[in-house]
Amino acid sequence: MTRQHVGPRTGPGPVPGPGRASRRRRDAAYPYALYLPAAVVFGVIFLVPTAMAFYFALTRWTLFDSTFVGLDNFRDFLAEQNLSIGFGNTLFYAVLTSGLKVVLGLLLGVLLTSRLRLRGFLRSVVFFPTLVSTVAVGITFSMLLKPDTGLVNEALAVVGVDGRDWLGDASTALLSVALVDVWKGVGLATVIYIAGIMSIPTEYYQAVAVDGGGAWHRFRHITLPLSWPATYSVIILSFIGGLRSFDLIWTMTRGGPGFTSDTIASIIYKQYQAGFFGLSTAGNVLLFLIVTVIAVPLNHFLGKRQVAV
Amino acid sequence: MKTSHRMAGAALAVLTTAALTSCGSGSGAGSGPAADGSVTLKFLVDNSMGTTATAKALTDAFMRANPQIKIETETRPGGSEGDNIVKTRLSTGDMSDVFWYNSGSLLQALNPAQTMVDLTGDPVLAGVQQDYLPVVSQDGKAYGVPAGTLTGGGILYNRKIYERLKLKVPKTWAEFMANNDTIKAAGITPVIGTFKDSWTSQLFVLGDFFNVQAAVPAFARDYTANKVKFAGTPAAQAGFEHLAEVHAKGYLNEGFGSATNDQGVKMLAEGKGAHYAMLSSALPPVIATLPQAATDVGFFGIPGPDASRNGATVWEPAAVYIAKTSENVAAAKKFLAFIASPPAAEAVTAAVPPTGPYRIKGAELPEDAIQAAKDLQAYVDEGATAPALEFVSPVKGPSLEQITVAVGSGLTPPAEGAAQYDKDVEKQAKQLGLAGW
Repeated sequence: MTRQHVGPRTGPGPVPGPGRASRRRRDAAYPYALYLPAAVVFGVIFLVPTAMAFYFALTRWTLFDSTFVGLDNFRDFLAEQNLSIGFGNTLFYAVLTSGLKVVLGLLLGVLLTSRLRLRGFLRSVVFFPTLVSTVAVGITFSMLLKPDTGLVNEALAVVGVDGRDWLGDASTALLSVALVDVWKGVGLATVIYIAGIMSIPTEYYQAVAVDGGGAWHRFRHITLPLSWPATYSVIILSFIGGLRSFDLIWTMTRGGPGFTSDTIASIIYKQYQAGFFGLSTAGNVLLFLIVTVIAVPLNHFLGKRQVAV
Repeated sequence: MKTSHRMAGAALAVLTTAALTSCGSGSGAGSGPAADGSVTLKFLVDNSMGTTATAKALTDAFMRANPQIKIETETRPGGSEGDNIVKTRLSTGDMSDVFWYNSGSLLQALNPAQTMVDLTGDPVLAGVQQDYLPVVSQDGKAYGVPAGTLTGGGILYNRKIYERLKLKVPKTWAEFMANNDTIKAAGITPVIGTFKDSWTSQLFVLGDFFNVQAAVPAFARDYTANKVKFAGTPAAQAGFEHLAEVHAKGYLNEGFGSATNDQGVKMLAEGKGAHYAMLSSALPPVIATLPQAATDVGFFGIPGPDASRNGATVWEPAAVYIAKTSENVAAAKKFLAFIASPPAAEAVTAAVPPTGPYRIKGAELPEDAIQAAKDLQAYVDEGATAPALEFVSPVKGPSLEQITVAVGSGLTPPAEGAAQYDKDVEKQAKQLGLAGW
């Protein structure tokens, strides 16, 4: 036997339901106790250290003891002589790597969604560098880029080009690292693009064919605009990745020669290495704020465009 | 009902947090003595070839003499990365029983009074030369024994090239540059630069301290007190200028920006380069593969402006310390007493050719010591040595190696490099909380 509403419905509006308390319980899918383990892990491993970081950024901290120094660390960090180089490099690196990943990822994505023999194999080949550890990539490319014995310069010598000391020369060090970063990261961008392009309904392409459009029209007016969500993901992922870039730079140049390929992250790391724990924590707090200030509006802006399409 | 549910949740959260945090305090030191009286000591050393070979010679000889004590050696990276590992492990109570670490200013940053066993007046120190003790002491208390030998920091040079081109060991910077000219004309790289290992770029500045002290005797004290600076003290700034001059004259090898320390030593021993500003301790590890490094490579201090005041800058040996958290202090002290005794020096000599004189009473440099060590001994015998600045002042900026790479690659003018280093030093002094900064 089914239960029925007592009395007539008098108008629109919510169905008169049970009391507030039980409705709230229905909103939370599980009892609170089930959230607890995750909450504890999150709290101990993320929230507490983050809160502590904000405190220790205000202290002179030797690991053995800490003295409260107010905002001195922030002042000293901002007075860091190579900070402007670091800022410039960080932005350059983030823009260059995310830009190249978008362009190359899109082109590779289009190529690898076309009817191609060996398509599956080529997709694996493009994705493969993403699976290799960044440090291993860094060490390998440091060897390949050596001026006298490296494969890159030997290959260039075969075609008569005199290669240079790619990582030891101030003018090419950061660029070389950025290109290696693109080599390593373009696989992920390609996969995102492949997924984006494959989700475009084929009717659109048929419509272009009916209207007599060629390959360029298909790309320019269908693939490019409709893969915007993929572009958006690639930009966000690689731009934030570029802003925090550290591992590849550290394994390949350690911010050198001199300070020429330093980024914010490597400056902070060097301060940490020097034992300036309070100062480097202050730097991290600033980096956190900067990434937030750049990433949140970017996310908002790109998300809007996504809705518009 | 609802309230008690929440209370239970909160209580559980507190308990779990407590449990999670308490399991972080595991101890890295060896456990106490076993039932049969045998003890295992853990020994942390840096991973350079010289240190690991010396540590192996010491532990092997010690374990042969003391079968009931076993020593397990573990390695860590060198440089500032290693400094951090040591600091972190000391501050978390996770340090090995005994550990190998620099003497001088780096020791001061470890807060030895809180973290290490005080050895002042202990018979452990009986074999240590008195004038070594200041570099392992803080506030008059001594904490370590010397492991290894004195090291010279200056120019390692290829004697075969000097012989062939009939050159003399230079006594002034001008003579040195004249030699470089002759060497370059002969088609040989005059000066080896290995800036991929950026620490190697500092030697022209750090190794010049003998000359700084000769010109400004109170430099170390005034520098610590923030009264003199590198920039504006011509004798101190000279190191930066030398570095820039060597690059500007095109004396450096091709690819100096990505060459490594190992490659540099190899170039020098094989005669592809004539001079290498380096520590004499770089030589012994390569003798097995490059025997000529023992005979063909000599040492001279970085020459200054005045031939009558010529000498060498020396680095005191690193030391072995006992962590306060060790549960085997008696066994650890036995090990340290052995390290500071002539038999230990003999064991080390057999495994690793010494880079200079020992700091242990009664330990002698062997007849067949490497040439660079003999050259250094000559400076010591004449009394023409000065300890490097880092042994007489706690102030040392962490970015010197990047600054010297930039100056030595022609990216930064020397005066600006010196000024940058002064700022770097100021930052460190503030972080150490030194008086007067």
